[in-house]
Amino acid sequence: MKKIGKQTLQLDNKPSILNTAAIVGPKELDGPLAKYFDKCVEDEFWGESSWEKAESKFIKETINTVLGKANISSTDVDYVFAGDLLNQCISSCFGLRDSNIPFFGLFGACSTFVEGLCLGSVFMDSGACNHILCATSSHFCSAEKQFRFPLELGNQRTPTSQWTVTGSGAVILGKNNVGPYITHITPGKIVDLGIKDANNMGAAMAPAALSTLCTHFEDTGRTPDYYDAIITGDLGHLGKDILIDIAKNKGYDIAKNYNDCGVLIFDKKKQDTHSGGSGCACIATVFSGYLYKLMTENKIKKLLLIATGALTNSTTAQQGESIPGIAHAISIEM
Amino acid sequence: MNPTDTSKEYGEYVKKKAPNSPILKDCFNAFWVGGLICSIGQLIFFYCKFKGLDQTASSTVVSICLILISVILTSLNIFNKIGKFAGAGSLIPITGFANSIVSPSIEYKSEGYVMGVGAKMFTVAGPVLVYGISASVIIGIIACLFI
Amino acid sequence: MFNCFIVGGVLCVIGQILIDKTKLTPARILVLYVTVGAILGGIGIYQKLIDFAGCGATVPLTGFGANLAKGALEAVKEQGLLGAFIGGVKASAGGIAAAVFFGYLASLIAKPKIKKQ
Repeated sequence: MKKIGKQTLQLDNKPSILNTAAIVGPKELDGPLAKYFDKCVEDEFWGESSWEKAESKFIKETINTVLGKANISSTDVDYVFAGDLLNQCISSCFGLRDSNIPFFGLFGACSTFVEGLCLGSVFMDSGACNHILCATSSHFCSAEKQFRFPLELGNQRTPTSQWTVTGSGAVILGKNNVGPYITHITPGKIVDLGIKDANNMGAAMAPAALSTLCTHFEDTGRTPDYYDAIITGDLGHLGKDILIDIAKNKGYDIAKNYNDCGVLIFDKKKQDTHSGGSGCACIATVFSGYLYKLMTENKIKKLLLIATGALTNSTTAQQGESIPGIAHAISIEM
Repeated sequence: MNPTDTSKEYGEYVKKKAPNSPILKDCFNAFWVGGLICSIGQLIFFYCKFKGLDQTASSTVVSICLILISVILTSLNIFNKIGKFAGAGSLIPITGFANSIVSPSIEYKSEGYVMGVGAKMFTVAGPVLVYGISASVIIGIIACLFI
Repeated sequence: MFNCFIVGGVLCVIGQILIDKTKLTPARILVLYVTVGAILGGIGIYQKLIDFAGCGATVPLTGFGANLAKGALEAVKEQGLLGAFIGGVKASAGGIAAAVFFGYLASLIAKPKIKKQ
């Protein structure tokens, strides 16, 4: 492993992604990617008594699913990196409390999934680990309750607002000599261009995505054409358009092979999700369900995955703070 | 010009780029739903007067009836759909005030009946009472001093 | 009845414009309405609107504010300074108690549910 350029780590042992799993909720079941997920749950409570318990169940069941698919016992997992949006990462903590796997709880807002993959692949690259598990979850109802309004409140969502994805995605990293491999990681810097509208996360996070994107290209010497697909976390429709615009200004034309998980997961017109999906589970489920399958089928051979997060909470928002963004990138190749 | 150079330029760029709310459609829906809710109130008012109640009592009955309707619709998960359609049309009438009390009380039931339902009930409506009651006290004091 | 519909509708449209143009949250809009209503009620303008539109003026939250102010003013006439503290809440007690009580009842029965849209 060596550091190249300003921020990028090049991994020599190239951990491979052994398997993935994604479980989603009812709204995602109606979306265009429904057939790619391992399981779609019809009831957003999933038989539990609260949204928070349901979210913990999502992450727990997703981890069980990925371990089952990879045929690995939980005792063979060295470490797990997990996170979510709820205060003190309680969904991950409660979802994993019975797992008996050494646990790192992460918070990077909606960028947590790739943050986990970055750290997990460094652990793998050290040569000391055999299996690393990375997982994140989010739940529309628990997120609304914590960050916005009660579900029954008769308010209108603004056109730039995004819909938190209900679900969980999990990835297991191993030493196999089968792709896809994680080859480079580019952890991002916190970027804040002063957006204060909590209903416009896409605009708040796009500059962070731009910073990480440009740094990744500069550090690796690659161009957008090198990748079959560049996929961002959850910028949504508006954030996607903004990123294409501002990347062009910096001399990178990404319009051809670029898309966003928040755009992919919902049908904007049919499902009335305004600017698209968001949440820790957005990129986690789209990658684990959809993109990973495209990679194993060789439809995507080189993928740049950039997860974006809005580093805010309801207290700072009420205190009039702006919303800093962050973005982490990993390069995954067959 | 590069919009990501300064936060001022970026803010302006985002403002231009962001889609606007469909304000004409929103206003039309708010108008007729709001008007309709008030008209339902007026019908109840006429009925109370017909039954021989005075002006003040009739107004109170109207409020209680509309609040009850709003509470029932909120409990049946219908009010949020009306609210999404009508926006201020269902928010501004007393129905919106009732909805703002009921919705957190249902939502925070999982945190128990005292600190969940009892405390969170006023997350939206609390400020309304604080400012409404304070304004009335100030007006009363001013009236007392100067009139 | 016609006046009621129009005035009620117009008050809601003003709220809608505030929502769409200023991105004020529902709580702020309601606070604004109740305060403006109390002030207009206090200086006697709102009563004219009530005479003209009936429930078109009393049902929107400005009416709730005006009612608070009216109650305070009337009580001041009878009880002096004490009335300033008693009158407002007394006049609006029906609505407040109904919202709290029905809200509590609803929480016993209803279950939170996702917005399908």
